[in-house]
Amino acid sequence: MLSVFQAIEFSAIGQLIKNSSWAFAVIESIHLLALATIGGAVLVVDLRLLGFGLKRQTIADVARDAQPVLVWSLAVMLTTGFALFVSEAIKCYYSTPFWVKMTSLALAILFTFTVKRRVTLTGSATDRPMVLRLVALVSLALWFGVGAGGRWIGFSG
Amino acid sequence: MSLLPFCQWLAETRGSIALHESLFMYPLVESVHVLTLCLFVGMSVLLDLRLLGVTLTRVRVSEVTDRLLPWMIAGFTVMLVTGLLLFYAIPIRSYQNIFFRLKLITLVFAGLNAWYFHEGIHKRVTEWDSDVRTPPRARMAGILSLVFWTVIVVSGRMIAYNWFDCDMQPQPRIVNTLAGCVPGQTR
Repeated sequence: MLSVFQAIEFSAIGQLIKNSSWAFAVIESIHLLALATIGGAVLVVDLRLLGFGLKRQTIADVARDAQPVLVWSLAVMLTTGFALFVSEAIKCYYSTPFWVKMTSLALAILFTFTVKRRVTLTGSATDRPMVLRLVALVSLALWFGVGAGGRWIGFSG
Repeated sequence: MSLLPFCQWLAETRGSIALHESLFMYPLVESVHVLTLCLFVGMSVLLDLRLLGVTLTRVRVSEVTDRLLPWMIAGFTVMLVTGLLLFYAIPIRSYQNIFFRLKLITLVFAGLNAWYFHEGIHKRVTEWDSDVRTPPRARMAGILSLVFWTVIVVSGRMIAYNWFDCDMQPQPRIVNTLAGCVPGQTR
């Protein structure tokens, strides 16, 4: 596994970003901008599930409007995140926060595009408030794990 | 007028030193500052995109502002408190940081833009509440908000990089002027 991470870091693109004095900072800034946007798209739906925010709209309406914002910002997140990763893959390999983040990310994406999508977009899956709240809390917890883990990669090592 | 003496005094206070040297408090405060972006800037982006007719188009604009503003205010309060704490921990270096200065100036512009929107076109929101294509002034407010907050987030992130650090001399004269570098008083 480590050899894979080493190969990634020593790839042309990895070295290009690593050796540039500004590339990492610029990519990181775009990553942050997408973080803010994906945060808004996730929060507005989760708050609605919890009974806050855009309460007059149906859950399905809010989720449908937030969906493109979520998908686009996630695409930017994944692209810039991958670029950051390749420039310091070996550090990531030894970083606990990195693995916490990747685990949370996999679970967050899986949960968002299966359970949460079904509950919010179809609208028919359930209307029990307890289930809706639980879905929101799981979503918030998973995405928080992604964000907090991400920030903590920079503090360690 | 230079605020450097104030920053120097602040840097000598016990709280500032404690926060600066703490192993966990500083990263914790910074993490809260960064993650609250999701709440404050995230909601702000949604409102801006509504003004531009990109998202939440079936929701009335007043509905978006009324329902999301409390969350934005809460988020901004957290941003402000944690931001002040981060400055409190590293006053002199921040004060002489070109990106920190850019961030603060842009914050003023973002504030003026928000104020102008709320006191201006938003006062007559009932006239265009359900429009997907909002009035030019509302759209302009949305675009300016997106631009200003982009600059604020990017320059905020850049504070941590030291290309224009006052300690890294020689720098071009313009950099030293804009950053307010005072030789020998950089920490």
